[in-house]
Amino acid sequence: MTTLIELLLGGLSMGAVYALIALGFVVIFKATEVVNFAHASLLLAGGYVTAVLHDDLGFWFALAVGIAGAAVVGAAVEFFVMRRYRGSDHSVLAIVTIGVDILLVTELTRRIGTRVLSPGDPWGDKVVTFGAVSMAQTRIAALLAAALLITAFLLAFRYTSWGVAMRAAAENPQTAALMGVRLGRVSLSAWAVAGALAAVAALFLTVFPTPGLERATSLAALKAFPAAILGGLDSTTGALAGGLIVGVIESLATGYQSDLSFLGRGIGDLAPYLVMVVVLLIRPAGLFGTKEPARV
Amino acid sequence: MSDTDQRTPPVAPPAEEAKSGRPGRSAALRTPRTYAWAAFAILLLALPFYLDRFWLQAGLFAMAAAIAAIGLNLLTGATGQLSMGHAFFLAVGAYSYCVLAADPVTENGHTLTGFGLPGWIAVVLAVGISGIAGGLFSPIAGRLRGAYLGIATLALIFIGQHVLFNASNLTGGFNGRSVPPLSLFGITFDDSQTLVGGIPFESAEKLWYVALAALLFCAFFARGVLRGRPGRAMNAIRDHRIAAGVMGVPVARYRASVFVLSSMYAGGAGVLLALVFQRTVPEYFGMILSLEFLAMIVIGGLGSVRGAVIGAAFVSLLPQLLTRYSESLPLVTAPGTGAGGIAPGEASRYLYGAAVVAVVLFLPGGLSRLRFPNLRSIRSTRTPRKGSK
Repeated sequence: MTTLIELLLGGLSMGAVYALIALGFVVIFKATEVVNFAHASLLLAGGYVTAVLHDDLGFWFALAVGIAGAAVVGAAVEFFVMRRYRGSDHSVLAIVTIGVDILLVTELTRRIGTRVLSPGDPWGDKVVTFGAVSMAQTRIAALLAAALLITAFLLAFRYTSWGVAMRAAAENPQTAALMGVRLGRVSLSAWAVAGALAAVAALFLTVFPTPGLERATSLAALKAFPAAILGGLDSTTGALAGGLIVGVIESLATGYQSDLSFLGRGIGDLAPYLVMVVVLLIRPAGLFGTKEPARV
Repeated sequence: MSDTDQRTPPVAPPAEEAKSGRPGRSAALRTPRTYAWAAFAILLLALPFYLDRFWLQAGLFAMAAAIAAIGLNLLTGATGQLSMGHAFFLAVGAYSYCVLAADPVTENGHTLTGFGLPGWIAVVLAVGISGIAGGLFSPIAGRLRGAYLGIATLALIFIGQHVLFNASNLTGGFNGRSVPPLSLFGITFDDSQTLVGGIPFESAEKLWYVALAALLFCAFFARGVLRGRPGRAMNAIRDHRIAAGVMGVPVARYRASVFVLSSMYAGGAGVLLALVFQRTVPEYFGMILSLEFLAMIVIGGLGSVRGAVIGAAFVSLLPQLLTRYSESLPLVTAPGTGAGGIAPGEASRYLYGAAVVAVVLFLPGGLSRLRFPNLRSIRSTRTPRKGSK
């Protein structure tokens, strides 16, 4: 029972982190209709900046620089690449983001090399115990930070003029433009916000119990893709639900690995993708995604 | 993508004239293009007599990649369905061939399953099994569109890696398994030497002709698909799914069938790669391989067979070129020395990553749209431009 609770809590905490990544991904998709395959590399960029600078600047300042750095990288990708595309086919733009991803990941993994970089967080490997249930401090911090950021984001999305502009642009770009919404700024800010969220997620993907930032971190970040798509690519609620589902299922599958040994070693890493396939079989648009109505 | 279609008509008529052979037969003989193709074909046939093993293998990789890229281009370029999971189907093809063609052996303490079938049956079955694997994914491949399918097919990569590492009595696990040589018409494509015209032919030289034949078949088959009724339906789905449905194209069935066809192409490429490598390792069939195929078709040109071949040659020969000439290039260092420079593999990844971005932004249609100006002017003066308005 204690194991189950521990696994569920751990899963929720990881799920909240995946939800952060998926949220950024969904925001870009809503604002610009581009599926951003370079998202994992934005995350890696933010994590790398934080990990490299924390010795000189102290953790909090380094984290701030990392977040800002990832936001700048995201905005730069939008400004220098996405905006230059003059066609109208969004699946071609998705392929462009693959090209960007190849560039960024190659550069970052070359810099990281075989090293494992510590994010330099203040929590270390300390563990908090409530009764029989124990949980790493980093996991609690992840849960709180993710919950805070997601709430702040959703409030901003709902009530600020920036959020209104973004929702209007997602609803109908032409009308929004006629109403005075500057579409270029909307998509630029979407990319920047997504980068910033990814940088926070990068921190929590590299703290204890994981060894630190390494080449394989971008693989861990990829799990936000199934999270986003099983929730529904155009739904922020879906990103949250998808993130939590992926986190919990991964945690359970890893925790009960010995009972699942007939499925082979390392089933925990595979579980998110299997869940995605099952969900897509039943609901091709994802759990909360809208089946797009089309005017012919 | 749609603007490439509008630009096709001015170029298409001479090719069709030449094919049907009615008024154009003598005209075709006079175009420099025909001679260029003939010279190119002779060059390809003669290469094994002159190149060393390194370049032959590089060429073989390029040809295998070209087959897979043609298949992916049918799916992504012509139908608009993104797949990031094609490495999985290459793995299915490669390992199916190994399992079917090998005799049961014990390697590193594992007993590896093998059926010991004749090579050509194993090849056909391996391609078929890849198609079945693609068909099993069709409930998803038929319903999802574009980039959604791209993310869904990510699952295939991870499922594939998981199975390859865990089903060790089939795949040999982490260490992989060795590939039994193909024998066809009494010729065995292994490293036993055969003298042809004074040149010792080993596996690379012999496989060269098999690969060339396979590539030619695959290219013409795909061209037939693209130019015929299915090709038009596929392009219609890509350009406007609903309009295509209204015109009577069964959208879901077409998407699923193209996915199957494309996974069979990938399976065939996997068999060829396995034969060239002579050993299959699971790590190779990861995400980077899938991304390379996408890079190939984008760089070469989406939706055309020629684009896929050009892109495959570009992406797969680039690292070999950089490796061979790493000493004489600035910034690039030989692999393994770690002397602060960029390893050839990384350097080529920078180049094709940048090429993907640059091609989409500045050269829609890819490298296959590049024309030599003099050839173009000769052709356009000779044939009236019917299609262009």
